[in-house]
Amino acid sequence: MTKPAQDAAPRVARRGLLQTLEIDTRLLGMIGAFLVICIAFQGWTGIRAMAEFTLNPFAWLANGRFLIPQNVFNITIQMVSVAIMATGMVFVIVTRNIDLSVGAMLCLCSALMGILQVTILPKTLGLGIGHPAIAPLAMLAGLALGTAVGAFTGWLVGYQGIPAFIVTLGGLLIWRNLGWYMTSGQTQGPLDSTFILFGGAEGTLGPIWSWVVGLIASALAVLGLMQARKAKERHGFPVKPLWAEGVLAGIACAAILGLIALLNAYEIPAGKLKRLFEARGEAMPDGYTTGFGLPFSVLILALVAIAMTVVAKRTRFGRYIFATGGNPDAAELSGINTRLLTVKVFALMGFLCGLSAIIAQARLQNHTNDIGTLDELRVIAAAVIGGTALAGGIGTIHGAILGALIMQSLQSGMAMVGVDSPFQNIVVGIVLALAVWIDIQYRKRKGIR
Amino acid sequence: MAGIAPNREGTPLVEMRDISISFGGIKAVDHVSVDLYPGEVVGLLGHNGAGKSTLIKCLSGAYQADAGEILIEGQPVQIRNPRDARAYNIETIYQTLALADNLDAASNLFLGRELVTATGLVDDSAMEAETRKIMGRLNPNFRKFKEPVSALSGGQRQSVAIARAVYFNAKILIMDEPTAALGPHETQMVAELIQELKAQGLGIFLIEHDIHNVMKLCDRASVMKNGQLVGTVNVDEVTDDDILGMIILGKKPAHLAA
Ligand SMILES: Nc1ncnc2c1ncn2[C@@H]1O[C@H](COP(=O)(O)OP(=O)(O)OP(=O)(O)O)[C@@H](O)[C@H]1O
Ligand SMILES: [Mg+2]
Repeated sequence: MTKPAQDAAPRVARRGLLQTLEIDTRLLGMIGAFLVICIAFQGWTGIRAMAEFTLNPFAWLANGRFLIPQNVFNITIQMVSVAIMATGMVFVIVTRNIDLSVGAMLCLCSALMGILQVTILPKTLGLGIGHPAIAPLAMLAGLALGTAVGAFTGWLVGYQGIPAFIVTLGGLLIWRNLGWYMTSGQTQGPLDSTFILFGGAEGTLGPIWSWVVGLIASALAVLGLMQARKAKERHGFPVKPLWAEGVLAGIACAAILGLIALLNAYEIPAGKLKRLFEARGEAMPDGYTTGFGLPFSVLILALVAIAMTVVAKRTRFGRYIFATGGNPDAAELSGINTRLLTVKVFALMGFLCGLSAIIAQARLQNHTNDIGTLDELRVIAAAVIGGTALAGGIGTIHGAILGALIMQSLQSGMAMVGVDSPFQNIVVGIVLALAVWIDIQYRKRKGIR
Repeated sequence: MAGIAPNREGTPLVEMRDISISFGGIKAVDHVSVDLYPGEVVGLLGHNGAGKSTLIKCLSGAYQADAGEILIEGQPVQIRNPRDARAYNIETIYQTLALADNLDAASNLFLGRELVTATGLVDDSAMEAETRKIMGRLNPNFRKFKEPVSALSGGQRQSVAIARAVYFNAKILIMDEPTAALGPHETQMVAELIQELKAQGLGIFLIEHDIHNVMKLCDRASVMKNGQLVGTVNVDEVTDDDILGMIILGKKPAHLAA
């Protein structure tokens, strides 16, 4: 077994900056990759924007169009629905399953919410267009349908023993076309005006409330770090030096507040602002400007991320998900009902598809039958780029969200610099394979598995 | 044989009567009856594939017997799954160890029985503290509390599995080759642990191939061959050659066969 004296000494000596900060090197690598993508597209768009070419990289960056507030705003609202589903996909993949039907489930939920808003609630049930109950009722129905479809999938996988790949491949074919029948293939719109607020640009907190949310989030981040430290101290475990905690807290707060600042800096176009004032029956003061701020949809993603992280790390349910993925037999022998767990995991995935359906539909401002097409691949790719191992047992929520962000940034950046869309897909495919390859190399080096 | 002989007058702690279980035509366990008294160590012996692990898995809830009954302290019970077994204070160290490789020692030790905070969230620090305590007793050299158990040596993994079985105040302990991966020093510590638990009145089923350990630790030995019970003997009354004869020949020695 271990030889304590020889074991402990060199480790203390070798503690570098990263070990002291206790940052996951894998996470750091992903953040690094993301920053490289940002800088590359910033420079590339800068070169294209300048009237004549110079050899000064700073000029490229200064003229870039990728990191301007408008584009940051667009990327964040475009990634939300995939990112939300990717957090659920982490649990599905960690339990050694897969869900190929998420895009189709999103479409089915969207179809139901579409006809509820456009026909059933206002006309058939006679609530009338614009009734305040329409949006909440439609949303509840969409979330319930998603959860039910997911639970049914989970039951087929967990209790009937059909491989998830097959069940969800069937779902991929079934759910979207069920949605087609529900709507007779027709586009559903216009949507309820409250519902549309959850899409992104139509519903934002505005600069002041965005700052408030940002400050609360920063305070919570600092509080969370402090609590974790206290729990360790209570049991006499070693803790990081205080300066290291301070650096971490500083980085977290800077990231949160920096994003808020960028979102606030994107100004609402004057025409749109004028319409907003007119809708309230007021006149817009001359020269008035204001920023969009944090969209509701992004706030929802943030809340989902926090909730799913707590579930993964601090609840029994989450612990059992990881245990089952690591060794299903051991989990079963420890008294975990792995079949029921499978049902719960897929039901949660379905719920998140319903939530994503709300946001995707509201963003597009109607339901069309091709909503969410190929989302299953984007969602799986986001989870996998984010470090979720298809063999099961390993994956993080923040990784999956970062994965979704990286994919969306790539796609947006390539569109901006005019890469043809077939080539865009080629690049995304290469990035996916590359990410997994790097991951395998990294795990080999670290001797994990 | 070690320590005080247990009192076998009252009701046994466990009685497994006429247990049979087959896998697709193969009778893995064929009408086997064994029993276990408080403070007793009963060895289960037999060559590879004799059916020892399968028999005890009926008691631990991993399998359900096709026929036969199980009595705990004289009461017939139904053990349908591992949760039922835990509810009867039956703890098991499986031959395969049954650890989730991706989780650390504390998460494995408390798997299915996590300590939670007042808000119902799992309390990792408390679990790690408890794990440090019990590992300090079982294997003081154990240091890898943060690593997933896949990063542990075979013996370290085994000590995690042993810690999990003894932490929760079992009444009935099933140990399926608990020392298979352990070095001589650690094996000695497990032997001492078994004697300590026995003195506390636990009943222990010990599956063990090393005949010297059997002679040293067990009060009785039940020998199986091809799914059937060859016989049960008091370890006091036999030599190791007698037991080896039972394992190899599949019949009780002449001087014991009544
Ligand atoms: N899940 C299973 N499915 C099919 N056959 C099984 C299963 N488990 C055990 N068996 C068979 O039952 C028989 C008894 O196996 P068991 O594991 O109980 O042996 P054992 O006495 O524990 O052997 P060892 O000393 O090698 O651990 C073997 O023939 C084995 O192949
Ligand atoms: Mg065995």
